[in-house]
Amino acid sequence: MTSRRSFLKAGTAALGAAVVGPRVLPATPRPPVQERRTLYTDPATRELMMEALDAARRAGASWADVRISRNRANSIQTRERQVTDVVVSDTIGCGVRVLVDGCWGFAATEALTKAGVGSAAQEAVAIARANRMAQDRRVTLAPAPAHPDVTWKSAYTIDPFTVPVEEKADLLLRANAEALRAPNVRFVNSGLSFVKEERNYANTDGSVITQDYVRSWVTLACTAVGAGDFATRGPEVVQPAGRGWEYVLEADIVTNARQWGEEASEKLKARSVEVGRWDLILHPSQLFLTIHETIGHATELDRAMGYEANLAGTSFISPPEKVLGTLKLGPDFLQVVGNRSEPGALSTIGYDDDGVQPEDFPIVKDGIFVDYQTTREQAPWLAWWYTKQGKPVRSHGCSYAQSWADVQFQRMPNVSLQPGARDLSWNDLIAATDKGIAMIGRASYSIDQQRYNGQFGAQLCYEIRNGRIVGQLRDVAYQMRSPEFWNSLDLLGGKSSYMLGGTFNDGKGQPGQSNAVSHGCPPARFRNVNVINTGRAG
Amino acid sequence: MEPRRLLVSATQGTAPGDVLSREEAEALIGRALGMSKADAMRVNVLHDRESNVRFAANQMSTAGSSSTTTIRIQSVFGRRRASVVTNSRSDEGLRRAVEQSEALARLAPEDPEYLGELGAQQYVAVPAWFDATAGLSADDRAKAALSALAPARAANDLTVAGFLTTRARATAIGTSAGLFAYHRDTNANYTLTARTNDGTGSGWAGATANDWGALDFGAVAARAIEKARGSRNPVALEPGRYTVVLEPDATSDLIPLVAGALQARAAEEGRSAFAKGGGATKVVERIVDERVTLLSNPADPLILSTPFDNDGMPLGKQTWISGGVLSQLAYTRFWASKQGKSPTGGAGSLRLEGGSASLDEIIAGTERGILVTHCWYIRAVDQRTLVYTGLTRDGTFLIEKGRVTRPVKNFRFNDSPLFMLNNLDAIGRPVRTVSGDAMPPIRVRDFHFTSLSDAV
Repeated sequence: MTSRRSFLKAGTAALGAAVVGPRVLPATPRPPVQERRTLYTDPATRELMMEALDAARRAGASWADVRISRNRANSIQTRERQVTDVVVSDTIGCGVRVLVDGCWGFAATEALTKAGVGSAAQEAVAIARANRMAQDRRVTLAPAPAHPDVTWKSAYTIDPFTVPVEEKADLLLRANAEALRAPNVRFVNSGLSFVKEERNYANTDGSVITQDYVRSWVTLACTAVGAGDFATRGPEVVQPAGRGWEYVLEADIVTNARQWGEEASEKLKARSVEVGRWDLILHPSQLFLTIHETIGHATELDRAMGYEANLAGTSFISPPEKVLGTLKLGPDFLQVVGNRSEPGALSTIGYDDDGVQPEDFPIVKDGIFVDYQTTREQAPWLAWWYTKQGKPVRSHGCSYAQSWADVQFQRMPNVSLQPGARDLSWNDLIAATDKGIAMIGRASYSIDQQRYNGQFGAQLCYEIRNGRIVGQLRDVAYQMRSPEFWNSLDLLGGKSSYMLGGTFNDGKGQPGQSNAVSHGCPPARFRNVNVINTGRAG
Repeated sequence: MEPRRLLVSATQGTAPGDVLSREEAEALIGRALGMSKADAMRVNVLHDRESNVRFAANQMSTAGSSSTTTIRIQSVFGRRRASVVTNSRSDEGLRRAVEQSEALARLAPEDPEYLGELGAQQYVAVPAWFDATAGLSADDRAKAALSALAPARAANDLTVAGFLTTRARATAIGTSAGLFAYHRDTNANYTLTARTNDGTGSGWAGATANDWGALDFGAVAARAIEKARGSRNPVALEPGRYTVVLEPDATSDLIPLVAGALQARAAEEGRSAFAKGGGATKVVERIVDERVTLLSNPADPLILSTPFDNDGMPLGKQTWISGGVLSQLAYTRFWASKQGKSPTGGAGSLRLEGGSASLDEIIAGTERGILVTHCWYIRAVDQRTLVYTGLTRDGTFLIEKGRVTRPVKNFRFNDSPLFMLNNLDAIGRPVRTVSGDAMPPIRVRDFHFTSLSDAV
């Protein structure tokens, strides 16, 4: 086991790599890979989609779209020296969405025949018609250019669905064995999860879109057991990504597992934190989820307008007319962008589920809140703002449905905090801090329904004294109020420290749907944040 | 290129409102079992027809309907096993899933914990199907939405958001060892949030029933609106330890956290709030107030859930905590066989036994305390003590001398349901909560609110 001092000298860069995977993605988003060759759009699928649109029109829809997709998932789970579950899921179906007199209707079917999709279209129209009795205002969609016959593929090179199950099991079991070599580590749970979506979309504007989307996730949790005590490192030790099997291999979990195990073991001996105000240095593997909770969700326009009030909640960044262009969310150097274009990020896609090609857009510019995440239904709600800015009223391309069986609505793009102007590293931030806590890896997360009051923990917390890490702390969580928290930001890592963190399953909506989303960010320092001791909290 | 298998799996349809009947499910499972070349096979089928309507900002929002079939086929060779999930009911789709699960299972490492498939079992019948729910139309759902939208639009101080979902489901399991299980149920679930237009008040209410006819939409709207108006301009109280009255839905947010920690294996492995080290557990120890009795029972008239688990094992009544004593932990089939115990199934379908007092009576008996409507974003912070954090939401009030006197700002808590049940002050009559459990209103002392939230 390395001493803390040698860990500090030799290991901090490696530690960062171990936490988030070795892949450091470029700070400047590149445009998505666009391909003009036909991937999947076979004539039969196109014909069914056209039939669904025609049936919707015949039944009285003024506008309609249709998705026929194949959703595949592949999961293998292990504990210690054994595989506990191997599951492959493969479903195919069709979802038809219609507007009738400005009312939405949606129906999904597994019957992939002309009659089947036609009757789904009719059912969607019938639902929309029925809802007119309770209608007050008509839905209108922002115009969007049609994309006839386009395709897109996400940034993977090895399709994880082509990798044999025994190879996956072998990788996990070898990693488990390494983790179990660490002192006190008695339990290891690990898993691989993959999703592949063959997405076909068409709408009555004339778009016909086929996309191939893959995402990958590897988890590993080591539990060290001491006298009447236990401590866990993981399971999110590698960030999920919109990439393939090559990403799993790059993460090198077999080499890193021993270190994760040792970190769990060290945690047993860690000092319990003193409550009070601390400077925090948040690693991208921890900070990404704070960005997600406090800025990501708070800048969803449906939330701000009350459309998620019954469950997910509303937003402290509202109403739009009182905050757009005026709310100071952080220091002048705070820049946050929404995008669906960062290669390897989970929300990256060529075309959204409204048929819109997403654009990159600023959410926080020079510390001021300037825009929300939108769909075609929502963009017109901000027409006054876009007109004032001299911008067209168009969707940012944030429409998404988790499968053909679910209706699309506004979901989060990658919401990323841009790196600082100086190329500071994680170590530079630590060296610049007299008394603080460096926090790595997502752990317990909770925030209120308007995204004000958050309490966030971490997998690993290190005490900083006079610019050096002096040891692990445990029972640490920071409890904050979002606006003050972001205004306490005083130091950002630079371009080379920028990384993507992500979540495979982000819930929203009724019925609940899951979305996968990444957040790029550098490490960052926040001053005088309230830290509580969760070991004594009760 | 591996295109166009997309369209070869056209499935036979089922009439709207219907789900797979016992005979259809048995035939479907029989077809899959008949294709098996494995040593053993289990087929789990869920046919789910879900319809919903959403409204928000006093407007109609999305509305839809879906029919999905989830067929999970597990093939086993010796102790090697793997599962494939498909939604295709066609012979070709089933055959592809069977073959793929067999191919995966042959390659998968041995699972030393695999115990073989169960043979035929006896199940209690749970009468959870109501034609009135299964046969609902889009008109019925739109009318329900209107029952909240109309009063909100007529008032000039309110904005409502709500969600109504109705389901009709068939759940079936068959194994190569001769087991066949079938259960069908309907459910209607309605929740409503009313907010005052000044942005300072919010009220939530909900109801769920297997029988659509048992839902009282007007009562839900009245409750949510009353809470919204009553919660305007909340005052800030200092965070600290308070006597708290939890409405049944708030109780329902917290008690299942205890149930989730009841797994025997984790406790006996030393990584659970019920572990004592050295493989010992807290079973037969008094862990909470003696008025606490917690049990699972799918046939409970307030619950009506599926009477078997995914293995096809019958789920009956299980008592976890009796008179404050931890009477047993939950054993899976494997862990039970290893430890010489009987498998119990997981701790779902929960009832926290109580007394006869209503929520109003519990409030009336409270000298000073905080009334909590429900909770939000609850996450574990320490598995050793079951300390969780979360927030109050949509109706948090001060009770003084037996009466609700004023609204207070929402709090964040950091507390353990185990501490909470040790500080029990009063326990009322269980009702069916929106999450489908049977939970009473309770009053507890010294509940730990650690900070204020500005969220409304």
